[in-house]
Amino acid sequence: MSIALETPNAAARPHRLAWLRDMVGRRSGAIGLAIVLAHVVLALVSPWIAPYDPVAQDVTSMLVAPGAEHWLGTDKLGRDVFTRTLLGGREALLITALASIIAMIWGGLLGMMLGLVGGRIDEWVMRVVDALLSIPWILTLLLFVTILGTGTVVLIFILGFSYGLTVIRIARAAALDIVTKDFVLAAQARGHDRWTIVNRELMPNVRDSLAVEAAMNWSWMLLGFSSLSFLGFGVAPPTPDWGLMISDSRGIMATAPWTVVAPMVALASLIIGINLAADALAKALGIDRSQKAPL
Amino acid sequence: MIRLVLRRLGSSLVTLLIVSVVIFVAVEVLPGDACTAYLGRAAKDPTILAACRENRGLSTPAIVRWVDWAAGFVQGDLGVSMKRNKPIADLVGWRFRNTVVLALTASLVGIPLALVLGVMAGLARDRPLDIALSSGAIFAMTIPDFVSATVLILVFAIGLGWTNGVVTVSANAPILDLMSNTVLPTVALTLVMVAHILRLVRTSVIDTLQSDFVTMARLKGVPFRRIVWRHVLPNSLLPSINLIGLTIAWLLGGVVVTETVFNYPGIGRLSVDAVSDRDLPLVQTIALLLASVYIGVNLLADLLALALNPRLRTYRA
Repeated sequence: MSIALETPNAAARPHRLAWLRDMVGRRSGAIGLAIVLAHVVLALVSPWIAPYDPVAQDVTSMLVAPGAEHWLGTDKLGRDVFTRTLLGGREALLITALASIIAMIWGGLLGMMLGLVGGRIDEWVMRVVDALLSIPWILTLLLFVTILGTGTVVLIFILGFSYGLTVIRIARAAALDIVTKDFVLAAQARGHDRWTIVNRELMPNVRDSLAVEAAMNWSWMLLGFSSLSFLGFGVAPPTPDWGLMISDSRGIMATAPWTVVAPMVALASLIIGINLAADALAKALGIDRSQKAPL
Repeated sequence: MIRLVLRRLGSSLVTLLIVSVVIFVAVEVLPGDACTAYLGRAAKDPTILAACRENRGLSTPAIVRWVDWAAGFVQGDLGVSMKRNKPIADLVGWRFRNTVVLALTASLVGIPLALVLGVMAGLARDRPLDIALSSGAIFAMTIPDFVSATVLILVFAIGLGWTNGVVTVSANAPILDLMSNTVLPTVALTLVMVAHILRLVRTSVIDTLQSDFVTMARLKGVPFRRIVWRHVLPNSLLPSINLIGLTIAWLLGGVVVTETVFNYPGIGRLSVDAVSDRDLPLVQTIALLLASVYIGVNLLADLLALALNPRLRTYRA
């Protein structure tokens, strides 16, 4: 006699990683994820596979055109462009990843709290947030840089703070959407404190919006960070960094275009990759974010 | 209606007031002040630092300094730059005009183009034209502005030699001299701007095409051309007014990187110079100035939308 074991019905509850399957199933998601993954892996292993020393100057081979010796040529100080491009995303990826986490945590928590609390506090904090957001983002960054300088820790703080502002709005909107639902009322009626409600009721429900926001936030932050580097307020030379490489070699691109093309392709591909992946993630999670990109 | 306008006006003023407080307080709260930022290592010498603080009046209470700053700002007295020791109003004047010239040129080219292309994409939904326009728009929106600007210089100035790559005129050059130099910056800004507006207009046209009144008009046998002109366009272009306002505000304020790439003598490049000089008062003033432009342009766009779209007027009047 055999008793069929009652297995939990897999179809009834979506698999925990169903969103990933959906994402990879979309062309944009597959391409985007592949690009982002390639960038992350390269950033991790590049110190071991880079053919040259990224900061070693070589006066005997300055501005060498791409060839067998130097695949992507050399820059005006004789440094290998391929090596520098390989390594040029490490600082940017690390700093923006950490700053994104900070932005998501403080922005997400504050936003959810505001949505939950409502009333006067909510109104005034949102006024301040709106006021801050009416300063062009690059000027917010520049203002902080003028006061605090451009150390790595400082940059992480500046980016984490500035980009958390948009997260507040998203998290608040998502929380407001949920706060009137019956299960939140029930939790309040049971006498749970706010923290428990955020943790148990709100969090699981705004998680999807926040996940998409995190992905988008990361791409904006990369753009912001590279812009700072490009303007000379990001990574300090001679550390290889794409934004810095582009601005360094801008003056000589008429004669040595290879010095700017490689870092441009690297940076653009990473940002496009994240955007494609974020877009597919939004679709996979069923979040509508038609025309949502800050200028 | 008047109450609605006044309310909108009041809320803009409150936002502006908060911006000025926030910009001021940020400097007070964070470690360092205008003098330590400007002097850098020299600030370690207490006599130099004290002299600088005395000179900038930093010993007076913060609230007094804020009132002075904000009141001066309203009256057009923008304070004095640290590095150049000149009134900030003089530094900002020409450059702001140049930024306005660039923004207006880009808007005059970009807005009509964006509206036309957006409607075309919407009407051609999912057909090759739409796919080409939409994916081009996403591409233009995604790649960093200094990358696209550099590519433009590389291709059109260096490769083809059609125009000069960087602006070489001074900040106070006559407008015509300036304009002949601004082809590439205009193109760079127009691309991004068209991309944003195009996407909104496309979505809006598609939504309107699916609305009941369009279906009704179709069922009545109204010619498609008339449906587009009389029903679809008015209803789908109105929502884009606010985005157009945002875009113009962006052009007037956020084009720091593009101006730097093309060496354009505008307010954006001035702000980068100010940061390089560690000239905190100048950076603060530019931030407040650009925030007021942003708030002002958005206010105008909202009021215009209100004037053109009666449906908005009943909203919580």
